[in-house]
Amino acid sequence: MATLLLADVTDGKLATDAVAKALTAVAPLGEVHLLVAGQGGDAAAAEAATLQGVTKVLFAPDHALCHALAEPTAALLVALAPSYSHLAAPSTADAKNILPRVAALLDVMVISDVTAISDAETFERPIYAGNAIQTVRSSDPIKVLTIRTAGFAAASTGNAAPVETVPGAQDPGLSQWLEDRTAHSGRPELTSAPVVVSGGRGIGSKEGFEIVEALADKLGAAVGASRAAVDAGYAPNDWQVGQTGKVVAPNLYVALGISGAIQHLAGMKDSKFIVAINKDAEAPIFQVADFGLVADLFTAVPELTEKL
Amino acid sequence: MKVLVPVKRVIDYNVKVRVRADGSGVDLANVKMSMNPFDEIAVEEAIRLKEAGVATEVVAVSIGVKQAQETLRTALAMGADRAILVVASEDVHQDIEPLAVAKILAGVVKEEEPSLVLCGKQAIDNDMNATGQMLAALLGWAQATFASELKVEGGQATVTREVDGGLQSIQVRLPAVVTVDLRMNEPRYASLPNIMKAKKKPMEEKSPADYGVDTAPRLTVLRTTEPATRKAGVMARSVDELVDMIKGAGLV
Repeated sequence: MATLLLADVTDGKLATDAVAKALTAVAPLGEVHLLVAGQGGDAAAAEAATLQGVTKVLFAPDHALCHALAEPTAALLVALAPSYSHLAAPSTADAKNILPRVAALLDVMVISDVTAISDAETFERPIYAGNAIQTVRSSDPIKVLTIRTAGFAAASTGNAAPVETVPGAQDPGLSQWLEDRTAHSGRPELTSAPVVVSGGRGIGSKEGFEIVEALADKLGAAVGASRAAVDAGYAPNDWQVGQTGKVVAPNLYVALGISGAIQHLAGMKDSKFIVAINKDAEAPIFQVADFGLVADLFTAVPELTEKL
Repeated sequence: MKVLVPVKRVIDYNVKVRVRADGSGVDLANVKMSMNPFDEIAVEEAIRLKEAGVATEVVAVSIGVKQAQETLRTALAMGADRAILVVASEDVHQDIEPLAVAKILAGVVKEEEPSLVLCGKQAIDNDMNATGQMLAALLGWAQATFASELKVEGGQATVTREVDGGLQSIQVRLPAVVTVDLRMNEPRYASLPNIMKAKKKPMEEKSPADYGVDTAPRLTVLRTTEPATRKAGVMARSVDELVDMIKGAGLV
C-alpha cells in the first residue's frame, strides 16, 4: 500500500521545500500520493505534481479546507486513510495540529518528528530536546507520522504526476478562521535557508537586532532568534529556533549573543557549521560551535559583516 | 464553567539528560522532576480565567506514577481547586503514550463535564505535541493548538495561535480543547501559605481501569541512543581570524 503525504499549503502556495524534503524521507516506503487541500490550491497542486517521487496528486478544492483548520482537514485524511499504509506530513505547525487528531480518530499513535525511517514499521525520533534518539516500532495498522525535514535533502522537480480531484469530507463546523497576521520579509524562509544568523539575549534590544539582520542580509541568510530574544520582544515569535520553535539544519548557523541553552541547541545542533560570537567564554554554545569568538557583539558583528 | 487542566510530571527542564549505556532509555533515577513548563502556563491561564469570573472551578489532572501527586499539589498551590491523580504506572521510566493519556482524559472529561480543557502544547520529555489534539478528536470537540491568547465569551473561544509564518486567529465552539504555547502568560509562583493550603485541597486517586483504558504502548521502544556528538571546535582570537576561518572552510 502507498503513503499519503499531506502537503503544507498557505494561501494557495505550496511549502515546496518542506514537502520536497518530506518526500525524500518517505520515498523508501514506496508509492507516494500527495494531498493538496483547499479551494484555490490549483497552482499548488500543479506544482506538487512536478516533484520527483510523487505518483499522484490528490486535490481537494474545498472551501472548508482553506487555512488548514484541524477538524475538516483531519476528517478528509480519515476518509482517505483506508487506502494507505502510511499517512505523513512535514512537521510544520499545520501538520502538528492536524495529524495527531487524525491518528486518534483512527485509533493509532502518532509518531512525531521522525528523523529516519528504517523500515515500514521502524522510525527514529528525537526526545528530551534532542538529547536522546529513540527508535520505535509501531504495531498500528496505519502509521501516522510527521517528518522533521531538516535532515533530508529536497526531492527535485521535473515530474508530471497526474492530478486527481477528490471531494472534501463533511466539515464538522466546530471552528472558524478569523485572520492571519503574518510577517513578510524579503529574506529566505528560516527552515529552508542554507544560512541562518540568529540573535539572543546578548543583542540587548529590538534596535540591536539590526546588526543581526545586517549580517544576515550580507550572507543572504534567514534571521533566527533564541527564546530569550523573543520573550524580550527583540524578535517576532516565528523567528524562534529551538525545541519549541523551529528546527533548522543549515550549512552555516551563526549564533550571536546566544548562550546555548539545551532548548536552543535542540533546534540547531544538526547544522553543518556553527559559528558563535559571545562575550562569555564559558557560554555552552562554544561546546557545539565549530568556530567561536569571544568578543563584544556590537563591535565584532559590524566588523565581521564588513569583512565578509 | 469548569476548566480541566492536565499536567505532567517530567524531568526538570534544566537537567541535562543521561542516556543509559545499555540503550534502554534515559536515566530518571534521582533526577529532579517538575511540572512540564507548558502545563504551568495552562494552569496559570485557567486560574486567570477563574480570577476574571469566567471559570467557576479549575480541576487539575495528572496521569503517571504516584509521585505525580507532587505535580498536582503544585497546581493546587497555584490556585486549582481540586485534583485527580490517575496512577497508570509503577515505574517512572514507563511513559504512557499520548493516545492512552488522551483516552483516560476523555474518561475524566465525561465524568467532570468541563467546558474547556487547557493543556500544554507538548511535554518536554517525549516532545510528542499530540495529547491535546488526540483528546479533542476522541471527544469530537474543536481544538485550538499553540495558543498565545485566549478569550472566552458566549459559548465561543477566540484564540490566537502561533503558526509558522506568524499568528493566526480562530474561533472555536465550546466545549473545546486549547493547547497553550510559551507566550500565553508568565506562570505565578506558589506562595508558602498557598503551598500549605494546597495540602488540604481534595485529591482523588483513580486508575486507568476506572475509565476502561488499556495503556499498553502502540510504539515499542527498541532502543534509546545518544545523539551524534560534534567534534570540538576552534576559537578565533580576532574578527580577522574568524573571517579567515569562515572563508577557509568555504562557507561564504
